[in-house]
Amino acid sequence: MSSTIIDGPAGLVEVEEGVKIIPGANAIVTSLDKVVNWSRESSLWPMTFGLACCAIEMMTTGASHYDLDRFGIIFRASPRQADCLIIAGTVTKKMAPVVRRVFDQMPEPRYVIAMGSCACSGNIYDTYSTVLGCDKFLPVDVYIPGCPPRPEAFMDGLIKLQEKIRGEHMKWGAWR
Amino acid sequence: MATAQKQLKKELTINLGPQHPSTHGVLRLVLDLDGETVVKCTPHIGYLHRGTEKLGENMTYLSAMPLMDRLDYVSSMTNDIAYCLAVERLFGITAPERAQYIRTMVGEMTRISSHILWLGTHALDIGAMTVFLYAFREREWILDLFEMLCGARLTVSYPRIGGVRNDVSQEFIDSLYKFTDEFPSRILEYETLIDQNRIWLQRTKGIGVISAEEAINWGLSGPTLRGSGVTYDVRKHFPYDAYDKVDFDVPVGQHGDVYDRYRCRMEEMRQSTRIIRQCLEKLPRGPIMAPDAPKLTLPPKEKVLADMESMIHHFVLITKGPMTGQSGEVYSAIEAPKGELGIYFVSDGTGRPYRMRLRAPSFVHVSALPRLSEGALVADVIANIGSVDVVLGECDR
Repeated sequence: MSSTIIDGPAGLVEVEEGVKIIPGANAIVTSLDKVVNWSRESSLWPMTFGLACCAIEMMTTGASHYDLDRFGIIFRASPRQADCLIIAGTVTKKMAPVVRRVFDQMPEPRYVIAMGSCACSGNIYDTYSTVLGCDKFLPVDVYIPGCPPRPEAFMDGLIKLQEKIRGEHMKWGAWR
Repeated sequence: MATAQKQLKKELTINLGPQHPSTHGVLRLVLDLDGETVVKCTPHIGYLHRGTEKLGENMTYLSAMPLMDRLDYVSSMTNDIAYCLAVERLFGITAPERAQYIRTMVGEMTRISSHILWLGTHALDIGAMTVFLYAFREREWILDLFEMLCGARLTVSYPRIGGVRNDVSQEFIDSLYKFTDEFPSRILEYETLIDQNRIWLQRTKGIGVISAEEAINWGLSGPTLRGSGVTYDVRKHFPYDAYDKVDFDVPVGQHGDVYDRYRCRMEEMRQSTRIIRQCLEKLPRGPIMAPDAPKLTLPPKEKVLADMESMIHHFVLITKGPMTGQSGEVYSAIEAPKGELGIYFVSDGTGRPYRMRLRAPSFVHVSALPRLSEGALVADVIANIGSVDVVLGECDR
């Protein structure tokens, strides 16, 4: 689609799939999907919101040793500034409405990661007080199993979410 | 005139948590404010209530261990040790000497890692970001050692009823020696960052003061109590494992404020390093599981596969649990990094506890938060939450 719009004298050079440059003109020709998705995936700002044990591993991943900043992932304390909610820990029936409220406060586009077995399925806590999986009340994008998942597994989950964002189509504005 | 007075007395009620970056999880405090002064502070807990006690009553003594890891998830090893000691007391068995030394060693490693995490998050709450990054560097070191020891980083389940799961390797011992050599210099690094920092001193000195008498009356324990000058330490007063065979000091504060509690924990890290060092030097040879209790502890795997008797024991232990046949009750407490962690069992002789009750230090410390915070400023509430070191997994159970 894009390559037919501008056809410079020097010709377009494809540097990556769907990304072309015009040599000498200092210009890039690509689709809007690519630009939007690229900007979203490279500055994924999750919410600083820990529930239980997994939050400690989430903190570890964000700290000096594993350093999430190199993926452009910076934790934000306010849901208004975040675009990714990480459910790190057991969701109890008392906590579920609060989690849902935090999610509702986040602006679109927003994504949800269920980190750990408790958030995925409830784990061993099949009791009167826990919600068996946060997908009962949230649209989960990525599930990360483990009790708790290692920081490497958590990073893999984030990279999976970035891949998912990269594949999105026509999600440019609030109207989706 | 009457309306003006009414307006003057009107208080602002704000909600701190359950979603707040400084509440260490899901603690919720409802604060009534007069200007910036806290008039009333009401903690609301239960946002992480997972029913651990009830779950434990429906599991055998052997299979309830993983629940303990997830109580105070920053110091899972000491929770396991507390559980094992309580069950061992109920069964009337003791772990062999080597296992006791290993438990003491890993328990102190957990204390260091818990205090490091506390330091990082507490400093982050008060506004010193750098400490967090430094602290997690050493915490990662300890977690790597745990991984070398038992394959898990955070939720270890390493101690067993009557001993420990596997023996320590030479590689682990060498790495731990290296750790004890280098760690004291790292504590100095943290202290260089904040110890004389003017902002840190203003945020911590004279904040959240509690006298020794009041601290005892509120039931505080651990470094939170010792910051007020009370020399109570379960490791000294009711020694378990190998604590009566190692030499260490119990640091105490004087003023009972946030700063003294910080100093106590920093000094405890040094003492823990000392204990680890002594355990490594004194580590005796011998078995790591109590050999005299085949009906109470799992037999080794190679014996299960070869020996009929061991296989029957294994089968009964897994399906029905270790049965003593005697009813009774037992309370056993240890010095967890947060404070006194007690476990109370009522047994009816079957393989499952009739009642399991946990005396969690965080629960008691949360109850003292109104006492510390009322009359102080809003910003001091954050300092207080950090200084009593609560973990909500343990508080709500």
